Parts: sequence; structure tokens; C-alpha cells
Amino acid sequence: MKMNRRDFLRTAGVWVLGVGLLPLTDVLAQGARPQVLPGREALSAARWAMVFDSRRCREGCQDCILACHRVHNVPDIGDVEEEVKWIWTTSYEGAFPGRQHDYIDGLRSKPFVVLCNHCANPSCVRVCPTRATFKRSDGIVMMDYHRCIGCRYCMAACPYGARSFNFRDPRPYLDEVNPDYPTREKGVVEKCNFCAERLAAGIPPACVEACRDGALAFGDIEDPGSEVRKLLNSGHVLRRKPELGTGPQVYYIV
Amino acid sequence: MLTMLEKAFTGSRRYWAWLLLLLILTGAGLICYLWQLDRGLSITGLSRDVSWGLYIGQFTFLVGVAASAVMVVLPYYLHNIKEFGRIAIFGEFLAVAAVVMCVLFILVDLGKPSRLLNIVLYPSPNSLMFWDMVALSGYLLLNLVIGWNVLESERNAVPPPRWVRPLVYISIPWAISIHTVTAFLYAGLPDKHYWFTAITAARFLASAFASGPALLILLCLLVRRFTRFDPGRGALQKLATIVTYAMIVNVLFLGFELFTALYSRVPGHVHSFEYLFLGLEGHGRLVPLMWTFVALAVVALVLLLNPRTRAGETTLAAACLAVFLSIWIEKGLGFVVAGFIPNAFGHVSEYWPTLPEALISLGVWSIGFLILTVFYKIAVTVKEEVGQ
Repeated sequence: MKMNRRDFLRTAGVWVLGVGLLPLTDVLAQGARPQVLPGREALSAARWAMVFDSRRCREGCQDCILACHRVHNVPDIGDVEEEVKWIWTTSYEGAFPGRQHDYIDGLRSKPFVVLCNHCANPSCVRVCPTRATFKRSDGIVMMDYHRCIGCRYCMAACPYGARSFNFRDPRPYLDEVNPDYPTREKGVVEKCNFCAERLAAGIPPACVEACRDGALAFGDIEDPGSEVRKLLNSGHVLRRKPELGTGPQVYYIV
Repeated sequence: MLTMLEKAFTGSRRYWAWLLLLLILTGAGLICYLWQLDRGLSITGLSRDVSWGLYIGQFTFLVGVAASAVMVVLPYYLHNIKEFGRIAIFGEFLAVAAVVMCVLFILVDLGKPSRLLNIVLYPSPNSLMFWDMVALSGYLLLNLVIGWNVLESERNAVPPPRWVRPLVYISIPWAISIHTVTAFLYAGLPDKHYWFTAITAARFLASAFASGPALLILLCLLVRRFTRFDPGRGALQKLATIVTYAMIVNVLFLGFELFTALYSRVPGHVHSFEYLFLGLEGHGRLVPLMWTFVALAVVALVLLLNPRTRAGETTLAAACLAVFLSIWIEKGLGFVVAGFIPNAFGHVSEYWPTLPEALISLGVWSIGFLILTVFYKIAVTVKEEVGQ
């Protein structure tokens, strides 16, 4: 067969295009994937959830925040605009905007702990173009720092402001590094992971463990005998922005 | 193919000076981008509250410019409006340059640009960004193939190959789709009141069909001024009519949004508008720009609606410039930023692009105009040669 340069380039172009489209077959044909089995001591649940009891949380206390940020190598950037945080406190109005009225004097000064809500129907997972953020079968919404392309679509989609972006290299902003958890690079998004790495080792989340006042409870919300389930019936319980249909799994006793 | 490309390498001193200027601006943008690669997006004005800004705004605006090629292609190929035969190629090549800029604006916005291909390696049909990638790359290919083949056959004085025509028909709904998908990126997000409205896609299309053809008119006037090719007064006047209708619809749609927000007084809907036009909680960095948008839109409508000013070439050029700039402000910056204000906690934190961020954006525009210039040069030379 005689082939001139033009024909060669055309044929080559079509081939290259075809190879480029090959991964799209993954969309249609999901092959068998290797399975990771949980360890023997791992804690497991049908759906993990957290209950925050505002009656017990002490004003000015930072224990849960410090514990979480130390364990997960969360940097202290020192700039509000580029802050990276997994768990922090805000006011009642901040946690429940639109739910306040002008005369809530008692509640106004109380701290409310906020973090990723590990939604049953997470909008961040829905919008992620690489599935770098995904929901596990036990309800935990996870981040793959090695797959994230840093498009920040998940940040726009999260109604709770729970996601942080590494605008700069976070490593110089760590006082000490916990070698049991990875540090991050600049350009990726991160957030609370309900201490998935600790649950796998059979220990409760760092924030829950650090709280000396019992203001944070953690457990399987689908288990009627669990502590979190019992707490839900002990007072008036709110969730942040439930009207959006995201199904947040952090519950607040006011 | 090569004999057509050749035409980009011969030109007047003015042609080369213009290319040199664009290369210098591209270089400046590239240097800033290398800095951004090193320091991360911290050199931009973006923050955890306003996590998209100028880059994504420009991307959105340019998807509109790209989609607007359909305003030339559709009347020409479906309704046989002969005047557009002379300029259809310019619309298609404008779309090519605009899509390339769109892709570059996404690239410079990424925190990890080296992982861009993860969008292809881990295709996620649940994400609108995946569909935007499919739509934009398809649209780029369509316009490149159609434009190039139509031009090649024009040069050889033969009708375009038969297979081009179905591609043209496909490109018409495809153009609508690229901007609809881009609007869905925003309109499907819970709790972003300014974006979370069914009219977002309609607004995007209306502003696209005003800003794109307005730019095309300006480009045609430049082509006529600097070359021996005349796109024809008829074509420009037809385009002007399209710009007029689209601009009216665009302003109307914004008015619909304003009514729903301001009459219902639902705080989430009012706040973003308040921030844009009056300032919210003492923050009002975009207020002067937004009133400039209003003023330009009014000037544009007055000049376009008056038949005499629409017919006059200088006043038409002024009107098109006003349309282009006003939509550039509203869509290229205001729309994206206002979606993030107030933030998830009801607070206002503001955004303003930094100098390196602006230079990187200018660099992307320069690359776009480089591509546009080269394609237009080839098209114009071919048209001069066949003596149109």
C-alpha cells in the first residue's frame, strides 16, 4: 500500500485519538476491582455519625481542634483567607444561618463545633470530576490526596464550608509531623475524615477522645442501642441546613 | 494543508509587530504562571471562601464566545442567509480560539495541573466538569475540521466535501450544549443562591449570543480596515440585529432574577445582589464595576435600538464594545464571585484578583488572540486570493 505523508498523518491522528478515548470504556465496563478487607480490631458501623452536645461544650476550650489538627498534620497557615482546618468552632448564627432571631442572648456566646458532615447524599462527591472524593459504605466521605486535581469544585458544592484548599505548601507550617498520617502537598483539597485511619486501628476519633466534657459522641447511628442514637432523644436536635437534602450526619443538641 | 499554513508566515510589518506584542504578553503571563506553579494559588486573590475567581469567570465568559459561533452558522446553513457565507469561517475560527482559551483558563486554575488527565483517566459522568470536557473538546474538533475544510475548498474553488455538512448540523446543538453544561456547573450546586436558579443556563445563552457576535462585528471591522477583504455591510448589519435581540433578552433575564429576589425578599436571594450593587456588611469592592456594567448595558441598548446608530459604523462599533465589556464584567467576574457571597456561615469575605493573576489571564487571552490572528490571516489571505 502506498501512503503519502498526508494519509499517514491522518491515520496516525485517528489512532492517537482512539487511544486517548480508551479510558472512557471504564465508564461502561466496570471490571472486578481488588478488595481491601478491614482489620480484625477495626471499628465498623452501618453509618458513622457524630453528636455535638452544646450544653456540655466549654467556652474557650480548644482540645478537640488541637488534637485533630496535630494527629492529621493540619498546618497553621496563620492567614484567615488560606486557612486549612478540619474542625473548628463558630457561633450559633454561623452554624445555623437563618435559624437565629434577634433575641437569642443565651445561645449567642456558646461555641458550636463544626466539621465535615459526612453527608448521606454528599454534593461534593457528586461534583468531583476524578472521584478523588468518595463515600464509603459506612458513610464516611473520604479524600484521595493523590488523585485530587485541585479544581475546587467540591469546595463550591459543599454548603458547610467544610473543605480547605492548600493554597501553598503546607509542610513549612507544621510544628511537628505525625508520621502515622500523610502530610499534603500544595494544590489539593482536604477535610475531616472522621478519623478513618484510627477507626481502622480500633480507636475512636481524636476529637472525641480529646474532649474532657463529653460534648462529642461518635457511633453507629443505625444501631438503636448506640450512644449517639440515645443522645438524639435527650434534647432538641438540629442538623446544619437539612433543607438542602444533603443528609448531614453531625447532629447538634442545642 | 501546509500550503495554507504557509500564509501565516508571510505578512506585513504591522502583522509581525502585532504577533510580537502578543508573544511578549504571553511571555509575561507564562513567567507569572511559573511563579504560581512554585508558590501555589496563594499568589492569587482566591481564598477558602471565594475559591473561584477571575480564571473560572473568564472560562465561563469564553465558553459563551465559543458557543456564539452558532449565531453565524445556524442562519447560514439552516436558513441560507447568504450574507453570512463570507464570515461563517470567522465565527468558526473565533470559536476555536475561544475554546483553547477556555481549556487554558481551567488549566491555570488547577491546584495540581500535572494531574489534569485524571479527568480522562477516572471519567466521572456524575460530574458536570466531565461533561464540560467532553462538550468542549468535541466542539473544538468540530469547528477545526469544519472551518479548515470549508476554507480549503473555498481556495480550490470546489464545494466543501459532502461529509462536512452533517458535521455542521451536529455543531449547532453542540454549541448550545457547551454553554448549557457550563451553566449547569453552577446551577446544580445547593446553597449557592445566586447560581441556583433554572434561568442560569438561559441567561448564559442570551449573554453569549450578545457578547460573541459583538466581538465578531468588531473583528470584522478590523479585518476590513487592515486587509483587502470586506466581510460585507449586510453581514455586519444582520449580526447587529442578533446582538440587539440577544442583549435585550440578556438584560430582561437579569431583570427577572432581580424581581424574584427583591420582591420575595428571601435573604439568600437578596444578599448576592445587595453585595454586587450596594455592598453587604460594609463590603462593596465590586460595586463600582457593577454600576459600570449597568451604564455600559444602557449605552449599548440605546445605540443598538436606535436604527440610525445601529446602521452607523462608528456607533455600531461603540455599541458592540459596550456590549462586550458589560457582559465581560457581569459574567467574567461578578457572576462567579457573587455566588460565594455570603459564605456558608453568612459572612462576607471579598475577592479581588492580584496582579500576577491578572497577568496570567492576560497571557491566556494573548495566546487566544495569537491563534485567532494566525487563523484569520490564513482565512483572509485565501479570500483575497480567490478575489471575494
